[in-house]
Formats: sequence, structure tokens, C-alpha cells
Amino acid sequence: MKTQKIGAWLAIFFGASYFIIPLIATFEFSLRMRRGEYSFDAYRSVFSDIQFRESFSYSIVMALLTIVFGVLLVVPTAYWVRLRLPQMRPVVEFITLMPLVIPAIVIVFGYLRIYNSSSFIPFTGSTRGTDVLLMFSFMTLSLPYMYRSVDTAMRTIDVGTLTEAAQSLGASWPTIMFKCIFPNVMSGVLSGAFITFAIVIGEFTMPSLLNRPAFGPYLQLIGANRAYEPPALAVIAFAITWGCMVLLQLVSRFSKSAPAKP
Amino acid sequence: MSFLELSGIQKSFGPVQVVKDFDMTIEKGEFVSFLGPSGCGKTTILRMIAGFETPSAGTVLINGRNQNELKPNQRNIGMVFQAYALFPNMTVHDNVAFGLKIAGMEKPAVDARVKEMLGLIHLDHLADRYPYQMSGGQQQRVALARALAPKPQVLLLDEPLSALDAKIRVSLREEIRQIQQQLGITTVFVTHDQEEALSISDRIVVMNAGRADQIGTPFDIYNKPATRFVASFVGTLNLIEAKVVDPATNRIIIGDQQITLREPLGTAAKAGDKVSLALRPEAGSIAESAKGDTALTGEVVSSNFLGSVIRTRMKVGDAVISFDMFNAPGLAPPAVSEVATLRFTASDLLIIRE
Repeated sequence: MKTQKIGAWLAIFFGASYFIIPLIATFEFSLRMRRGEYSFDAYRSVFSDIQFRESFSYSIVMALLTIVFGVLLVVPTAYWVRLRLPQMRPVVEFITLMPLVIPAIVIVFGYLRIYNSSSFIPFTGSTRGTDVLLMFSFMTLSLPYMYRSVDTAMRTIDVGTLTEAAQSLGASWPTIMFKCIFPNVMSGVLSGAFITFAIVIGEFTMPSLLNRPAFGPYLQLIGANRAYEPPALAVIAFAITWGCMVLLQLVSRFSKSAPAKP
Repeated sequence: MSFLELSGIQKSFGPVQVVKDFDMTIEKGEFVSFLGPSGCGKTTILRMIAGFETPSAGTVLINGRNQNELKPNQRNIGMVFQAYALFPNMTVHDNVAFGLKIAGMEKPAVDARVKEMLGLIHLDHLADRYPYQMSGGQQQRVALARALAPKPQVLLLDEPLSALDAKIRVSLREEIRQIQQQLGITTVFVTHDQEEALSISDRIVVMNAGRADQIGTPFDIYNKPATRFVASFVGTLNLIEAKVVDPATNRIIIGDQQITLREPLGTAAKAGDKVSLALRPEAGSIAESAKGDTALTGEVVSSNFLGSVIRTRMKVGDAVISFDMFNAPGLAPPAVSEVATLRFTASDLLIIRE
């Protein structure tokens, strides 16, 4: 029993070390900009760079938009598949898995070919259009994670009976969706949102090839030309991403609706 | 005109026809139970009344209005489900208020109605609880209050007691009946539990393979089963095969013992025809030496003490007849292999014609 406990703690220790030691090393290196002493010079340099603020704000806005539109796409889809098309579930699952097996670079070249300025849907013909296309591409990349987390949350509630109960009380489809289903799959939506946020903040290929000023390409640019700013940026990005997630959790916890219990 | 009319209702799922030419009328304020085994079509009929299934043929009329073209949310029908189906993200108050808010009621009116409904089910002190903080019985009472709050024209109960334990089930079914009578709401109740159906219904529909085998009061269903299925499904019953001896005098023979039936055999019966008879276990009692038209003698096969009753099985010819006697301190149960005489009244022996 005692040996098992020690083994478990050792596994946790090695697992945690694998993540924490590189983080500590990155943080430690980011403090070495001033020769012979630790300082936050690298952070000062990063924060004073207007490009950092612009690219990071851009990525945060894109992440939030991706989460909103992703949720609007995935929750009704997962709901409808569970309610009316259970036989289509393997097909939908397969489609949502596609972004995992098709490299982002292939997807983005496909986009550029289909949605270029001389096509029928010229997304890349304008800046806003390219932003919309980029958001859709982020939605595609996050689809496997978002769909699975929402679908898993939906499994914990009896979607069919809840829908019928709401219908018998006079509820329309939008009311059922937003008052009866959404609040009860919030845990799944939040998990999906967490992963989507992380994907969008760190994504390089899509914004780089669509030529949009996101944080990923900025990180790559700084990393290629400077020594101490890239680790500082990594630590900042890490802290802000986790800060946003904590905020999301707090908002959901203190919101009026209680979590659904099985 | 009846309040709820089901005429020529049929429903098929692919090649399987689950409801076949179903006709029925239900009066306003009536409590009707659909009783039958799994897969007999009773829930499908309920779901067609609610609008969750569309009839393949036939019409559903409520208060003279055809419901076939109406969506479930346009029918003003309250429904209680087996799995409670309370919204997990809402408190008891919000669950009961849900239908009222959708109907566009003002907040003070909603609050007053919710209070009234929670008072009706004696749960006004739990208004702020979430469903997961309540027992199954409490959740089902809230589901009932929620269904009744918008004053539906018909209340549908889809096996609402099946998920509850025996004690709660009995108390809740009495509560449901009392509330139904208090509000005078037309109610359709689906169950496979005969005791539930017999105890709370004005009328019972016994369903078998998509058809109504018999529609009648609980008394008629139990005492005058119309078909072999009804006789065997409702209550415990001895089905005894006999042969006609003399149709003119209603004389039949079971094994080697002749008896005269009170119920006429019918003009079509001929000597030597087979006839099925039904006898409830509680209709018989052991007698010392009764002979004649209301007694059968046979060998005791088994005798089981069940607490309040003693169940004895006796072999008469090829038939094994079961009968129950109330337990009494001075009563000695018949011993196995003993020859005993079973006495009953002539009217207890029923002819099963289908």
C-alpha cells in the first residue's frame, strides 16, 4: 500500500517536473537580459513594443470570436445529432476529427485556393474578409476538441426527454436551446473554450499564411531575431492565457445557473 | 361530443405497425389509464396525443379541435415523464415557472401561481432547491406541478411512478389522483403496473399488440375480462380448459368432474367443444366436503405461506388451479398430496371467449 503511494507520488512528481522545469528554466532565462544580475528588462522591452500589444489583442479578439461562433456551431450540431440523427454520429465524429489528420498548412492552402480574391467567395479580397476566414480556420482547428467536450457534456443529460418536457410547456426551439440545453452543457463548452483559446493564441501557420498580425507569427519573428524577449513572451502568453481561463471559470461559477449534476 | 377523441389512430415505424385502428373517447375530467406490457403501443398513443409522434392515420381531437397539424408546443398539454425531466440548471421555482414565463405571464402572477402549485404538492419549502438536491419522489411531484402550472387542457402521465420505490409509488399515486380530482383535469396515464391502473383510474384501456383488448372500469376489467389476454394480464388468474357436455344446460366437464356454468355457453357451442374458463385465486376457498356445481376436488400440489395469504395449488384433471386463503391463526394449510375440495360461487367461473 505504502509502496503504491510512493510510486504514485513519484509519477506525479516526474509528470509535473516535465512541465514545470522547462517553464522555470524559460522564466529564469528571461530574467538574464542584464549581464550579471536578474532583471525584468526583457519584459519591459516586450511591453513597450507596440507590435506585441497589437498582435496579442488581435489574437485575444480572434480567440473570443472563435469561441462564440464555434459554440454556436457545435452545440446545436451536437444537440441535433443526439436528438434526431443518432445514426449520423460516427460520420459527424469523423468529420470533426479531420483537422487532426490534415495538417494546418494543407487546410490553409486549400482556403487560399478556394477563397482567393478572384473566387466566388473572395474572403481574402479584403482585410475583414481575411479576418473572417482566419476565424473560420481557427474554428476548424478547434473543432475536434470543442465537439468532443460538448458531446461528452451532452451525454450527462437526457437531451430527448428535456426537449420534450420543454416542448410540452410551450417552448420554441431557440428557448429550448438557450434555456434548457446550453446551461446544462456549460462545463463542456468551457472546456472547449479553454482549448480553443490556447490553440488560437499559439497558432502560427494560419495567420502567417493569411498574412494577419496574430500573436503566433509575432512570437516567431521575435524568436528569430532576439534572445531574451522570446522566453519573456512565452511566460507572458502563458500567464495571460491561464488568467483568462481562470476568469472564464469564475464567470461561469458565479453566474446564476448551477452546474448540472448527473 | 367527448373532450378527447382518438379516431382510427394507426402508427407504423418502418414495416412495424405498433398501433392498429385505435378508437377511443375520453370525457372531460376523466382519468383514463393505458395498461399493457412493453411494446403494446400505449406510450406511442400518449406521444401522439402530446404531438411527439405523428399518427400514420387517424385524428386526435381535443375539445373538438384537430391536433394533428399542431406542434407539441402549441397543444397546451401537460406531460410528466418517467425520468422526471426537470431542468437541472433551474431551481424548483424556476422549473415550475418555466411554462408560465413562456406563456408570457407577468412576474407577480408567475410567482403566485408557482406558490399555489408548490402548495398543492406540499413542497413550497423547497422552492430554492435544485433537482439534484431532491429525492426521486420530490422531483416527480415538482414535475407534476410544472406540468399543471400552465393549466393544460389534458395531463399526460408517462409511467411517472416506475422509477420510484414501492412505498413512494403508492403514496404518490394517491396524491396524483387526489390532485386530478381536485383540479378536474382530463388525464391519460400510461403504466404497465395493473395495481396502479386499478387503484386510480375511472376507466382502463388494456392494450395488446397495438389494439385495445378491453376498455372499461377497473371493476369490469378485473371481474369481467373480455379476452384471454386481459384475463391473464390483469391480476392472477387460473385459466382452465374444459369440454362442453350439454350446451343446453351449460354443463361442462373439467377432468372427470362435471359442473354447470351460470354464464350461458352460447348457441354455437356443441357437445365436445373446448371452452376456456377463468377463476381468480381469491374466489376459491377450501371446503370439507362440498360437492356439486360450485366445487372441484383434486390433489394438493403445493401450499405456500405468503404472510397474509396461503397460496395452494391443486391438480384437477390436467389443470393446476391456484387459490388463496386468508391466513388465520387456527387455519391449517392443506398438506401436499392431500385430496382437497375447492369451493367457489358459480358466478366466479367466467367463460373466456377470445
